[in-house]
Amino acid sequence: MVTIVKPENLVYSRPQAFTEFPTHYCPGCTHGVAHRLIAEVLDEMALTERTIGVAPVGCSVFAYNYFDCDFVEAAHGRAPAMATGIKRVLPERIVFTYQGDGDLASIGMAEIMHAAARGENITVVFINNAIYGMTGGQMAPTTLPGMKTTSSPLGRDVETQGFPIRMSEILANMDGAGYIVRRSLHDPKNIRMAKKAIRIAFETQVRGLGFSMVELLSTCPTNWGISPLESLTWVEEHMVPAYPLGDYKVAAGVAGIKA
Amino acid sequence: MPRELLKGNVAMAEAAIRAGLEAYFGYPITPQTEILEHFSKRLPELGRAFVQAESEVAAINMIYGAACTGARVMGSSSSPGVSLMMEGLSYIAGTEIPTVLINVMRGGPGLGNIAPSQGDYFQAVYGGGHGDYPRIVLAPSTVQEAIDLTVLSFDLAEKYRTVVILIADGSIGQMMEPAELPEMRPVNRVDWPWATNGAIGRERRILSSIYIDPNEEEITNLRLFERWKEIQKNEVRYKEYYCDDADFVVVGFGTAGRVALSSVRAARQQGIKVGLLRPVSLSPFPYQVLDELSKRVQAFLVVEMNMGQMLNDVLMATKGRVPVEFHGRPGGVVPFPDEILAEIQRVATTKLSVAPDPRHAWYDRMLAMTK
Ligand SMILES: Cc1ncc(C[n+]2csc(CCOP(=O)(O)OP(=O)(O)O)c2C)c(N)n1
Ligand code: SF4
Ligand SMILES: [Mg+2]
Repeated sequence: MVTIVKPENLVYSRPQAFTEFPTHYCPGCTHGVAHRLIAEVLDEMALTERTIGVAPVGCSVFAYNYFDCDFVEAAHGRAPAMATGIKRVLPERIVFTYQGDGDLASIGMAEIMHAAARGENITVVFINNAIYGMTGGQMAPTTLPGMKTTSSPLGRDVETQGFPIRMSEILANMDGAGYIVRRSLHDPKNIRMAKKAIRIAFETQVRGLGFSMVELLSTCPTNWGISPLESLTWVEEHMVPAYPLGDYKVAAGVAGIKA
Repeated sequence: MPRELLKGNVAMAEAAIRAGLEAYFGYPITPQTEILEHFSKRLPELGRAFVQAESEVAAINMIYGAACTGARVMGSSSSPGVSLMMEGLSYIAGTEIPTVLINVMRGGPGLGNIAPSQGDYFQAVYGGGHGDYPRIVLAPSTVQEAIDLTVLSFDLAEKYRTVVILIADGSIGQMMEPAELPEMRPVNRVDWPWATNGAIGRERRILSSIYIDPNEEEITNLRLFERWKEIQKNEVRYKEYYCDDADFVVVGFGTAGRVALSSVRAARQQGIKVGLLRPVSLSPFPYQVLDELSKRVQAFLVVEMNMGQMLNDVLMATKGRVPVEFHGRPGGVVPFPDEILAEIQRVATTKLSVAPDPRHAWYDRMLAMTK
C-alpha cells in the first residue's frame, strides 16, 4: 500500500484481513459494512492466519474473495454443518460462517438450530435483510408482514405466507449457545455496536465458550426498490421495531469479556 | 492379524479406523446403523471426531467441511439417507476433494424396506447428485472384501481427489463371517496443497465448486474427465471364476454375485460349462473383459437384486454379439442358489436370440413363477 499520510495521522485504511478484490455488492448495500467489521476484528485479534471462513449461497456467495484467510464455499443453508466438520477436525482453528436470512432461517434452519444445540464452537454472522437478495428479491422467512417482494407481490399475507422468524430469540433458547445478539447497520453508532458484538462473538469462540451468533439488520436497496439512504431509514423505522436490538443470550463466561 | 467372526458393518467401520479415519458424521438408518454405533464408541476413545448429525443432509456437509481440511473422513448410510446426501456429494465432487461414502443398500423405492437390495446401482454409478462427475464405485461380496475395499477406498479417493462410493447390499452389512482386519495405521494428516487448514505462513486457499464463468466450468469438467481416464486405465477390478473354458458366463456383483457362485459350482458338477464374472469396481466397469468374453461365449446371464441396472452396462459391453439374459429380484428379495441354477440350466439348454431388452422375457418368467 502506498502511504500518503503519516502513520500518526492515519485514521482509516483497508484492514489487513481484507484482500484488494473490488466489491461486487450493490452501491449502498450493508453486506460490505459487515465484511469490513469482521476484517477489523480479525486484525485486532490477530486471527486471520488461523481462521477458516465458510461462505453461504446468497449475495455473499463470493465472500471468500474479500478475506485474506482460508475459505470454503457451502451449499445453500449448509454452512453450519460444513463449519462443524472443519472445527471438529481442527479445534484450534477459528471457524466462522457468514449467512443470509434465506440461507440461515429457511433452507438451513435445521443446520443452524443443531449447530447451536450442540454448542458447536463456531461464530455465525447472520445478515438479515428481510429478502432473498441474490435471486432477485423474493420473500424471505424474515420478510415483514405486508412487505412487497417478487413472490409476495401484494405484500406478505401472514394468513397464507406465515409470520417472520426471529432467529436470535429462537437460538437464545439453546443451551449450547454462548453468545446471541442482534445489532443493526443503519447508522455509525449501531455499526460500532455491531463491531463490538462481532468481537465478543469471536472471543467467545477463542475461549471455547460455545456457539456464537451476531444477527445484523441489513439493507438491500436494490430489491427493496428504494435508495441506499432511504434503506437505512427503513431499517430504523420498520426492521428495528420488528426485530428488537439487544443481547438475547450472554452465557456466564462470556459476560465478562471486554470488547 | 488373527481371523475373527465379524459383522460386515462393524468390520467396515473398524477397517476405516485402522486405515487412519479421523472423523465420521452420520445418522442412524437400518441396515447400516452398526457402522455409526461402532464409530460412536471407538472414535471418541481414540480422540477422533464423531458427530451424530441432525440428518444425512447435515452429515454429508460435515463430511464436506472436514474433507476440505485434508483429514481422512467418511460417511455411511442406507438408500433413503444416501438420497439425501446427493446434493452434498455433488458439491464434494465439484470441489475435487477426497471422500469415502458407504451405502448399505435396502429395498426401494421410497421408504421401501430394510431387506438387502442392489437398487441403487444407477444412483451410485450414473446418477445421484447433479452435474457431470466421475466417481469410483466398489461392491464387496464378503465381509473380508468389504474390509479390504474400505481400506482401498481411502487410498483411491486421495490419489484421484475423487468420491469413492462403496455399495454393499444389506446382507453384507448384516452378516457375520470370519475375516481378518488390517493392522492399525497411525493417523497421517497430509498437508495437501489444496487443503483449507488455516493459512499459517502461506497464501490463503479457497475450496469451492463455483465456476461462474462457463468456460472455466467447462475446463473443470474436462479436468475431471482427464482424471477419470486415469481411473479407467488403472482401477478396473473384477473376479473371474471358471471363465477360461466357459460356454456361458453369469455376471453378478455383491451378494447376487456371491449367490451365483454357488449356482455356477453346482452347474459345473452337472457338466455345464458355465463361468462367473463378478465386477468389483462397478465404476470403472470392466467393459473390456466383457467385450473379450462376448467374442467367445454363447450367452450371458446377468443376475441382480434390482430391475436390471448393471444389465445396461453388460449390454453396452457385449455389443449385441450374443444373447444377454436377465434374472432379477428387486425390492429386497435375495435370489436362492437353486433359482439361479435353474436359470443357468435354461440358458444352457434353450435356443436364445439377442433381444433388445432382456427384461421383457424375464418379466414374463417372473409372472409365470409367481402365479
Ligand atoms: C438448493 C438451492 N436452492 C435454491 C438456490 C437459489 N438461491 C440462491 S441464493 C438464494 C436466496 C439467498 O437469500 P439470502 O440467504 O437471504 O441471502 P441474500 O442474497 O439476501 O444476502 C436462493 C434461493 C440455490 N442456490 N440452492
Ligand atoms: S441485491 Fe441486495 S443484498 Fe445483494 S448485493 Fe445488492 S443490495 Fe446487497
Ligand atoms: Mg437476505
